[in-house]
Amino acid sequence: MRFIPVTCGEQDEMLDSVGVPSIDGLYEDIPVGARLARPLDLPGAMGEIELAAHIEKLAAANEDGSRMVSFLGGGCYDHYVPAIVDSVVSKPAFFTAYTPYQPEVSQGTLQAIYEYQSMICQLTGMEVSNASMYDGATALAEAALMAARVTKRHRVVVSATVHPEWRETLATYVESGTLEVVEVAAKDGVSDGAAIAAALDDATAALLIASPSFYGTLEDLRSLGEAAHEVGALFVVATDPVLLGVLEPPASYGADIVVGEGQSLGNAISFGGPGLGVFACRKAHIRQMPGRVAGRTTDVDGRTGFVLTFSTREQHIRREKATSNICSNHSLNALAAGVYLAAMGADGLAGIGRASVAKAHYLEGALVATGRFERVFDAPFAAEFTLRYRGEATAMQARLRESGYLAGLDLGRFSADDAGLVMFAVTERHTRAVLDRFVEEVSAL
Amino acid sequence: MSDADRIDARTAEAGTREPLTGTLIFERGAEESRCVEPPVLDVPSVDLEDVLGGHARAMAPVLPHVTEVELARHYEHLASANFGVDSGFYPLGSCTMKYNPKVDEWACRLPGFARIHPYQPEETVQGALELMWGLQEALAEVAGLPAVSLQPAAGAHGELTGLLTIRAYHTANGDPRRRVLVPDSAHGTNPATVAMCGYEVVQVPSDERGGVDVAALKRLLDIDVAALMLTNPNTLGLFDENILEITSAVHEVGALAYCDGANLNAIMGWSRPGDMGFDALHINLHKTFATPHGGGGPGAGPVAVSDALAPYLPGPVVAQRDGGFAFAYPERSIGRVRSYAGNFGVLVRAYTYIRAVGGDGLRDISGQAVLSANYLKTLLADAWPVPYDRTCMHEFVMSGGPLRKSTGVRTLDVAKRLLDYGIHPPTVYFPLIVDEAMMVEPTETESKETLERFAAVLRRIAEEAAEDSGLLHGAPYSTPVRRLDEAAAVKNADVAWSPGDGSER
Ligand SMILES: Cc1ncc(COP(=O)(O)O)c(C=O)c1O
Repeated sequence: MRFIPVTCGEQDEMLDSVGVPSIDGLYEDIPVGARLARPLDLPGAMGEIELAAHIEKLAAANEDGSRMVSFLGGGCYDHYVPAIVDSVVSKPAFFTAYTPYQPEVSQGTLQAIYEYQSMICQLTGMEVSNASMYDGATALAEAALMAARVTKRHRVVVSATVHPEWRETLATYVESGTLEVVEVAAKDGVSDGAAIAAALDDATAALLIASPSFYGTLEDLRSLGEAAHEVGALFVVATDPVLLGVLEPPASYGADIVVGEGQSLGNAISFGGPGLGVFACRKAHIRQMPGRVAGRTTDVDGRTGFVLTFSTREQHIRREKATSNICSNHSLNALAAGVYLAAMGADGLAGIGRASVAKAHYLEGALVATGRFERVFDAPFAAEFTLRYRGEATAMQARLRESGYLAGLDLGRFSADDAGLVMFAVTERHTRAVLDRFVEEVSAL
Repeated sequence: MSDADRIDARTAEAGTREPLTGTLIFERGAEESRCVEPPVLDVPSVDLEDVLGGHARAMAPVLPHVTEVELARHYEHLASANFGVDSGFYPLGSCTMKYNPKVDEWACRLPGFARIHPYQPEETVQGALELMWGLQEALAEVAGLPAVSLQPAAGAHGELTGLLTIRAYHTANGDPRRRVLVPDSAHGTNPATVAMCGYEVVQVPSDERGGVDVAALKRLLDIDVAALMLTNPNTLGLFDENILEITSAVHEVGALAYCDGANLNAIMGWSRPGDMGFDALHINLHKTFATPHGGGGPGAGPVAVSDALAPYLPGPVVAQRDGGFAFAYPERSIGRVRSYAGNFGVLVRAYTYIRAVGGDGLRDISGQAVLSANYLKTLLADAWPVPYDRTCMHEFVMSGGPLRKSTGVRTLDVAKRLLDYGIHPPTVYFPLIVDEAMMVEPTETESKETLERFAAVLRRIAEEAAEDSGLLHGAPYSTPVRRLDEAAAVKNADVAWSPGDGSER
């Protein structure tokens, strides 16, 4: 067996030393009723050559982004990943290590996390970032729970313009009654400021807003933040970090906690995971933050080094009093994000943002000009936008798929109220030629 | 040049070499250095201030500015200060640090997997859905539990999912309950999860053989208990001999039995949690199924449950439909526990691994993992006491208590000294019920020679402790940095670099 280096002869010697005649003898503590008396009903082993062929066949049965022109977004975006990113995350010393519990032999991971944290703070304007959460949805749910700890209140207000799967995750997390969630309906593709102000009260721990919103619109964060702070609630802002090269950082609007899906920062879409949960907050709240944090310190010889710190918040020490149950996080994805941001630099990131925004606006204008789509929202947008299709959206998407396009996200799949709305995500990878051809196809429908 | 001169030259050179770590990426390169050029704009440019409705960024973030070669070297230096499974022996108990086959890494990067979007029409992702379905089936067979959700992102996330599923089941039966029993040997995520689910944690003591104290358990069981959360094999590396009695006692009061599957690597093909009487189980693909730990993640923590719990699983799950595969949403689902369908990239790796080794291979893997642990325990007998000493499963827990008493050397010191011998230390100070605990999990992917060298090194360290305890208190000596000041880390709270913090060049 190729993953076991012990030979049959050595196995016999080992059994001898242990004093059992066969491996079965090691399982005698298992009561007979709990033993499996038959082989596992699974396919047999495959050599790597046959295995590779099988796996390639499964992969080829998918129509991926190298074969289709995709305008799908909704939290997962096809931004370009520089080759250096995969070169770094493919280093065995990074990907075969575990949590840096022994800092003396984990400085690579720890420094990379510290640098990632620093970059997230730069992007969001916050003072502290953790080492990552699972994804944007769980980061949002954890932010709500943290806000409750900070404010000692048990009610959060969430705008319905937050990603529906994130809201559903939040609902699941608080299902046991740990928090009451009040959802406020959207108005014209953005948060309904008046309804939110009315929903906020002095028992509210947090107001949760996404900007860009699920619809791609940019929210009036300033007034929403003021409304939250007026009642003493924390202002939690979900954002798309890859756009923070061109978007004002959430901290400028008074955000107390910033969360986001960090997949776009150097990670493959990979059918939706593993991405990266971004989580940043104010330093004053660090002791209530979930997840791991790396800090800079010195060793006994005075050399600069890094350690996991503020661990007394965490489950391995605090058990049921921990700020979260999270243990394994998405460290390798955070590493990819750090490499991505370092490769891009501030100029590069601004360039990605500028190109994505410009191309999105170009496509939006062109699609509206075909007469097949109409505008539904007045709010500004960045790189993703929502239009109404004048006709049967599903049929339109099926037709265009035959021509090699994944023609946007049909929002009817999330809510009947949004039937007929189609959302398009554009990145720097969409060339003008591709956009023009797509618009021609739409005109020809 | 004499030999002595040569050595001196080498030392001089080493002395002037820049340390591998400590210099931040922010401090490298020059203002004008670039790694990636911004894309060419082939559409009319827009006025950001205008189109973003006043939300255009006024002040650029401060990010690194480096060329690609500087970036490549920076991370190569960081990597060389790291220790992974490919670096050497990594017997970190409870974490199953087995070798991660490279074909798995190749598989998950195929464009057909890496570049598919979660909202693509199902007809365009049949290969991905078939893979997920195949993995669900395989995990269900190994677990002995019929229904699987691949959604959870890690073990702790699987615990949350499983416990919420149990909670939903009780609620649906009009029988909400308040308490969850957790043994004193449990991993910290277990009680933390219980609290997140709004339950009260009640601790169950262990008996003198290292299993659940069944009499104590029975006293704690009543109709207000929602579940028992148990790791089996447990965190002492022991299979609970009374498992059938335990799960049936739990069921007798209408509670359910949840299994933390962290230790599944010991029993694949030998014993199944479903057959032990468990109703729910999470599986750490990043342990048992060889997906890499990634420096702390990402993992995946699929949950397998009984028929009774299946309707409550989070969606989507993959089902067979009309000769193909489709996402399905269990009828009484607790709802999602995250966005999209799971850590698909990790699922691809685990599926690839399972197909590589096959059903019999999984059984051989567990058998060897258990044999290797018992062999290592035998090699260390008399030098390192094991408090609950009987045939172990894939790991065992030694106590550094006696060594501490006789020499003042703590388990922490032993761990640090191991680093000088090029070995990653075992898990230390867990489980909490063993004094100065050292939890050793060799895994099946280590050679007999590696196990023997580890035993010899540990014996040598015990001698060093007796001869010169100062040596151990000062260890390690050969690592990129030595013991770090953790108190100062909290006090200074330096958790992010900023342009003004004085470390900028
Ligand atoms: C026994 C046990 N339970 C739960 C966990 C948590 O798993 P994860 O880190 O995947 O969340 C661990 C991980 O170290 C463990 O060893």
